[in-house]
Amino acid sequence: MGKIIRFRLNGRPVSIYVENNELLLNVLREKLGVMSPKYGCGIGECGACTVLLDGEPVLSCLTLAVEVDGKDVVTAEGLAKDSELDVVQRAFIEEGAIQCGYCIPGFILVAKKLLEENPEPDEDFIREYIRGNLCRCTGYVNIVRAIKRAAEELKFHVGKNKQV
Amino acid sequence: MTERKFVKPLKPKVDVNRVNTRILPVEFEYFEPRTVKEVVELLSKYGSEARILAGGTDLIVRMKQRFIEPKYIVNIKKVKELNFIEDRGDHLAIGAATKLREIEKSGIVRKRFVALYEAVRSMAGVQIRNMATIGGNLCNASPAADTAPPLLVFEAKLKIVGPDGEKLVPISEFFLGPGKTVLKHDEVLAEIWIPYQPEGTGSAFIKIARVAMDLAKVNVAVALRTEEGVVKSVKIALGAVAPTPIRAYKTEEFLTGKELSEATLEKAAEIVKTEVKPITDIRSTAEYRREVSGVIVKDALLKAYERISGR
Repeated sequence: MGKIIRFRLNGRPVSIYVENNELLLNVLREKLGVMSPKYGCGIGECGACTVLLDGEPVLSCLTLAVEVDGKDVVTAEGLAKDSELDVVQRAFIEEGAIQCGYCIPGFILVAKKLLEENPEPDEDFIREYIRGNLCRCTGYVNIVRAIKRAAEELKFHVGKNKQV
Repeated sequence: MTERKFVKPLKPKVDVNRVNTRILPVEFEYFEPRTVKEVVELLSKYGSEARILAGGTDLIVRMKQRFIEPKYIVNIKKVKELNFIEDRGDHLAIGAATKLREIEKSGIVRKRFVALYEAVRSMAGVQIRNMATIGGNLCNASPAADTAPPLLVFEAKLKIVGPDGEKLVPISEFFLGPGKTVLKHDEVLAEIWIPYQPEGTGSAFIKIARVAMDLAKVNVAVALRTEEGVVKSVKIALGAVAPTPIRAYKTEEFLTGKELSEATLEKAAEIVKTEVKPITDIRSTAEYRREVSGVIVKDALLKAYERISGR
């Protein structure tokens, strides 16, 4: 039992048949080849499967694929524009925030939303906001630093644009 | 002194390491009704074999673990009349399928129902709060449900809709036991009505948990109104210390009419400890829960007192 769902995936329209009991995470990874969302705990503790659903970070391992019919899904693959990495992605690389890398796509999507809500976050705000994401390498210090760096770079860019 | 018993290590019912949470190994028929009427019709038709899917952060997990295997899933995420926050003069109404994140962002909740705001803020991470709903938190009837103590102290009413129409149930009568509520199979929780509190009420929520993402070991909410330092009205509710979230009526009675001195707070903390009936489980021991109940009730009273405006 299932149905054909149509949704936008990283800006492109997708149409695919899914079973009622299929999870969004598995459809993305196994049927659509989008590999950045990861299976971590499967019960909503770790944040490795985070995707942006209509702009909000949610857990794709607890979301039925049939539910995303008509919605907009963004994964880490959808952040780079014209093969240039997003500011947040660059900041994670520059700060060495990536160790094994398994949790990073989830962290980056949450960081995107964090910066959209608060362009000047302090450390407490960041740590509070990313508490739904676990890093098994415990590399939180660098992750927090990367998010701060991304915030500063965004501010710098905005400032520059204003001057022009 | 309290008697100490040897605590046996607890065995989980299912070996969690052998549960495959990668997939959802349950087949079901799936519905996306658009109105409450349709929801009730589906529930009436399929009875106990149907389950309501709201946020899914509990239901899907429990289906993955095969604790429950419903044949019909009724997704209420797209029912507009269950998804709103509305000022109705004497009370604030919240649709049962409203996401925790929406409640957290509501200016009215933040200003007028501080304890509820704090409770929602304390729950899990941002992803879960983008999915989980206030109605789901209540209907799962976990003794540790964080939204329950604030709603108990604000004396919220729950609008329940069934085939024979709708009714209002005080939240103090809603929970029957762990996982059990007064809801029948063909009924749906539609709205939560939270009465505005009288001028000069301060409220607070405090939770003790192992880590930020975990459920509460103990949680408490307080709503307090004083006049010149004397308690005019006080409501205290605790979670995870009894089969359901509870009000601490004896402590409330003791505090009413008294000045909030250190000695009074100490005595109140002692009474709270006699009102709770905690158990030992994977998160905490009964002894710890009892002891800490007194401490955080005291802390919450002080916090609420500081918040009373024009004090």
